[in-house]
Amino acid sequence: MPQIPIAIVDYGAGNLRSVEKALEHLGHKPVITSNPKDVQNAPVVIFPGQGIAGPCMQNLQESGLLESLKERAIENKPIFGVCLGLQLLLSWTEEGSQDCLGIIDGKNIRFPQKAKVPHMGWNGVSQTSDHPLFKNVNDKTQFYFVHSYYAVPYDTSVVIGTTEYQIDFASVIVKDKLAATQFHPEKSGVQGLQIYSNFLEYAID
Amino acid sequence: MLSKRIIPCLDVDAGRVVKGVSFVELRDAGDPSELGKFYNDQGADELVFLDITASSDERNTMVDVVQKVSETVFIPLTVGGGVRNLANIRTLLNAGADKVSINSAAINDPSIISDAAQAFGNQCIVVAIDAKTINSPPETEKGHSQYGVSSNSQWEVYSHGGRRQTGIDALKWAQHVAQLGAGEILLTSMDRDGHKDGYDLDLTRTISQNVQIPVIASGGAGNPGHFKEAFVDGKADAALAASIFHYGEVTIKETKQYLAQNGIPIRM
Repeated sequence: MPQIPIAIVDYGAGNLRSVEKALEHLGHKPVITSNPKDVQNAPVVIFPGQGIAGPCMQNLQESGLLESLKERAIENKPIFGVCLGLQLLLSWTEEGSQDCLGIIDGKNIRFPQKAKVPHMGWNGVSQTSDHPLFKNVNDKTQFYFVHSYYAVPYDTSVVIGTTEYQIDFASVIVKDKLAATQFHPEKSGVQGLQIYSNFLEYAID
Repeated sequence: MLSKRIIPCLDVDAGRVVKGVSFVELRDAGDPSELGKFYNDQGADELVFLDITASSDERNTMVDVVQKVSETVFIPLTVGGGVRNLANIRTLLNAGADKVSINSAAINDPSIISDAAQAFGNQCIVVAIDAKTINSPPETEKGHSQYGVSSNSQWEVYSHGGRRQTGIDALKWAQHVAQLGAGEILLTSMDRDGHKDGYDLDLTRTISQNVQIPVIASGGAGNPGHFKEAFVDGKADAALAASIFHYGEVTIKETKQYLAQNGIPIRM
């Protein structure tokens, strides 16, 4: 695959370096940036995340990154959301009762406390539809999760992978050139790297 | 189904991996980066790096070790040892750590847990608890009114790499740190650590069943059966081990195969 310019959105959420190293490992030259113009213009944007919804949304608003991401979504330019980066794509989250980007209709709610929260560790993803994102990735492959809230998209046709933890929740979402995983591909070994590689191929296709 | 995690722990002293028997006798067991990659390739579910002497020697943690490891290892990294404040945590997370483990600093001032959870999210805040069986219960309750050792306490918390008695009840402390926003507890039995005769199942089960966050059992792994016990009888969410893996007595792969054959949900 040719080297693809990738912007990793820096909005005060953690985990950026891991994403950067994973993409470098695949032979690309990602740039960590908080510049709205970079985020608007880059061929591919990774929207990572680890942290708390409220402060992260505030940071996105104040930096102008929020508008860049919404613009990209409207123009159907590739965005890959990871973990909190998936949740923030939806309309709202129960975490601090916070409005989010609203790129995908739906909300995020907290896991019931019947089992331990956060949902932390390796869990399987059931592929509910055939998609290039899953190329060379077996059904039920395990990926690394760590989160206390989960996404509930209203239009279930955007869900292409689900994971079971107390309930079945949406763990992989795709809407045109927008994709997002609740798990961390950069922390999920070889199979996680495969997901990034698949997305890049799909994004520039 | 969520898998039980197998976590090799790399105790680091001056950039080298060492493992002590009950925290005293140290032996050299290799380079952190190489070992990290090796365990990653073997199927480790996470890696823990502990700078075991940092707390007492006032030494800073190994930021460059973390940086180097995170360039080649794509599984979660937890780093602990000598973490004193939010700035330390931020530095480690920026270097590539996914979680930071806090021990003595939380005992000195528990508000570091809530502050860190608010700043970085509770998913990356691990509280390490070194617990030791109480042989003779105190006649009167020691300080720490909220979580101090009392006559019905079974385990006491130690700080500073197991060198300092704190007067804190391990169970009450575990519940307190969970309430403050810890995302996970790394629970080490000082009685078992380094002895390879199995985890302290009573301690592990007591803590794990009384908190709503994941608990990593630590201290005492000597064979694959001990991991099974930690999950089945100890109710642990993850199990950590060091020397058993470092010296090749049993590999992570063999351990996981054994667990899978015995009906434990495991990532192969």
